[in-house]
Amino acid sequence: MDIHEYQAKEILADYGVKIAEGGLAYSPEEAVQRAREIGGNIWVVKAQIHSGARGKAGGIKICKTHEEVEAAADELLGKTLVTHQTGPAGKICSRVYVEAGTDIAREMYFCIVVDRSAERVVLVGSAQGGMEIEELAETDLDAIKKIYVEPAVGLRDFQARKMAFALGVDEAHFNQAVKTIKGCYRALRDLDANMLEINPLVLTRSGELVALDAKMNFDDNAMFRRQEISALRDKTQIDPREVAAADHDLSYIGLDGDIGCMINGAGLAMATMDMIKLAGGEPANFLDVGGGASAERTEKAFRLVLADKGVKAMLVNIFAGINRCDWIAEGVVQAARNIDMKVPLIVRLSGTNVEAGRKIIADSGLPIITAETLADAAEKAVKARNEVVAREKAASQQRGNA
Amino acid sequence: MAILIDKKTRIIVQGFTGKIGSFHAQDMINYGSNVVGGVTPGKGGQKHLGKPVFNTVKQAVRDAGVEASIIFVPPAFAADSIMEAADAGIKYCVAITDGIPTQDMMTVKNFLRRFPKEERMMLTGPNCAGTISPGQAMLGIMPGHIYMRGNVGVVGRSGTLGYEAADQMKALGIGISTSVGIGGDPINGSSHRDVLEKFREDKETKVVLMIGEIGGQQEIEAGIYAREHLGKPLIAYIAGLTAPQGRRMGHAGAIISSAGESAAEKVAMLQDLGVTICPTPSAMGETVAKVLARM
Repeated sequence: MDIHEYQAKEILADYGVKIAEGGLAYSPEEAVQRAREIGGNIWVVKAQIHSGARGKAGGIKICKTHEEVEAAADELLGKTLVTHQTGPAGKICSRVYVEAGTDIAREMYFCIVVDRSAERVVLVGSAQGGMEIEELAETDLDAIKKIYVEPAVGLRDFQARKMAFALGVDEAHFNQAVKTIKGCYRALRDLDANMLEINPLVLTRSGELVALDAKMNFDDNAMFRRQEISALRDKTQIDPREVAAADHDLSYIGLDGDIGCMINGAGLAMATMDMIKLAGGEPANFLDVGGGASAERTEKAFRLVLADKGVKAMLVNIFAGINRCDWIAEGVVQAARNIDMKVPLIVRLSGTNVEAGRKIIADSGLPIITAETLADAAEKAVKARNEVVAREKAASQQRGNA
Repeated sequence: MAILIDKKTRIIVQGFTGKIGSFHAQDMINYGSNVVGGVTPGKGGQKHLGKPVFNTVKQAVRDAGVEASIIFVPPAFAADSIMEAADAGIKYCVAITDGIPTQDMMTVKNFLRRFPKEERMMLTGPNCAGTISPGQAMLGIMPGHIYMRGNVGVVGRSGTLGYEAADQMKALGIGISTSVGIGGDPINGSSHRDVLEKFREDKETKVVLMIGEIGGQQEIEAGIYAREHLGKPLIAYIAGLTAPQGRRMGHAGAIISSAGESAAEKVAMLQDLGVTICPTPSAMGETVAKVLARM
């Protein structure tokens, strides 16, 4: 789960990390109010979206007057920003963060992340900040310092000092750097974060070490014990279809293709999508209905897939383990009856009670296309999709001629 | 011989008396697994499904000579149950539970590393379908009837995709020595490579099928191990060709976060390591058949 910059900064401030003075605004008027409260004569208006690289997308504006603050907020609020991290659909900006301008002397990079192959938390730092760490890793690997934390012992002072040296912090700011590094580690550990990134961490001309940007990502599996973090979830930053899916405890990811999918198991779902692609089609979504696919759950999953108006055909692929094919077949028939299906439906069942399941589909009298194998299912789905597209094309040509 | 579990392996179920634990314990008993009882703290001394309930894993090890355990404990308490099993001297543990926090898994792995290697409990999962040695024992939640006994070792992250592989092989008359699910979480008990080490020692296993996914480096590490040490052919399928960068595809571990983690990159690297690749997920059975025919 991601949170906004301003939320991450509030958390970090509680852990002793220095941040610039700032405030949140939902309207241009509020933004000016925040600028007045902050004082000074330079402000930064920052779009709050769940993505990095906002600067390049025009999401960060430096303003010298209250009029400029108002204009910047007016431009950003309600705007959809597209960065290389958001995908082509972009993310909508519904709030801005107004911050006091910072007089930067030097920029550094600092991040803490769970390293899955090392099975430990790792601190990553570089004296060269301000750019993407991926770019830095490509150009100069030696410029990046990594320090692994022993889970049983936690981050020790000497490790924090080592990182502070690696960041190139001078003597005058050394204690502040150690405090910042340790504060970040404690925040990650206490709140079940997977990742915490400060890029850049800056040294100001007035001699302070400040987190100029902050990004945090949390472990979804731990949210049951982090209610206060869970409450920070901003649904406007998530695909509405994914929000609806999460409400029904279904795992859904919207994609750009037009063959809707409903599958049980994440691995089989990915494999089925691969099969669709190999057959010449493109999946419209990833959807794992999970183990206990009851009739109600199946119908909800159908509605979710078909809510995407771009879907031209729908493929159901179920390998029943604990489930039984006859139960699933009943669910599919019920869903297809209750929903006015406008696109062809292809169903492949396998596993426990498969014969009974296939019989229910056949006896339903519904125009369901059945398939026996994974390859067969994908080919039939792509064929059905192509027929729909050809029919639509012919119909629109006819309308054109008339 | 099979690996990890066989007919004789003495099994307990942690989270025995719960709804899910009961259901699958019964299924394992029906399959023929040697389930000798279960653990539910506070219910020790009772009988459940005709088997004794123990208060602690230690008690089960001492009184019933238990060697393997399977965990159906809810996510908040599952890490503790795994560590209890390791502490009690269990040799092999399968964690079925889905949703264990990553930090808890880091603690578990750290706890396991304290034991000398020869005494260390092997853990597979969490968030997996378990392990089955067809015709002998099932320590998991899979439909046992789709597996046929034979000479192919299977290791994979996904449950249902593992069923798909077993089904394709059975249709071609190919059986399995042992199928091991390592789970879809970012930090899991055992890696593909850890399981390959077990298959290496097993005479019954002639070839190994690895069912991998996008995300992480595990499949590549397994490929390197296979080239140097496995001593038998490794066949692989990597799911997630269509997965976009940075999106988590159901499994917490299935996310492309850095270079070399996409399906196409993994396939290319595995090919370089001499691994036979299943070109499509529907070709797992026939690819295994081809490799077996060459032997």
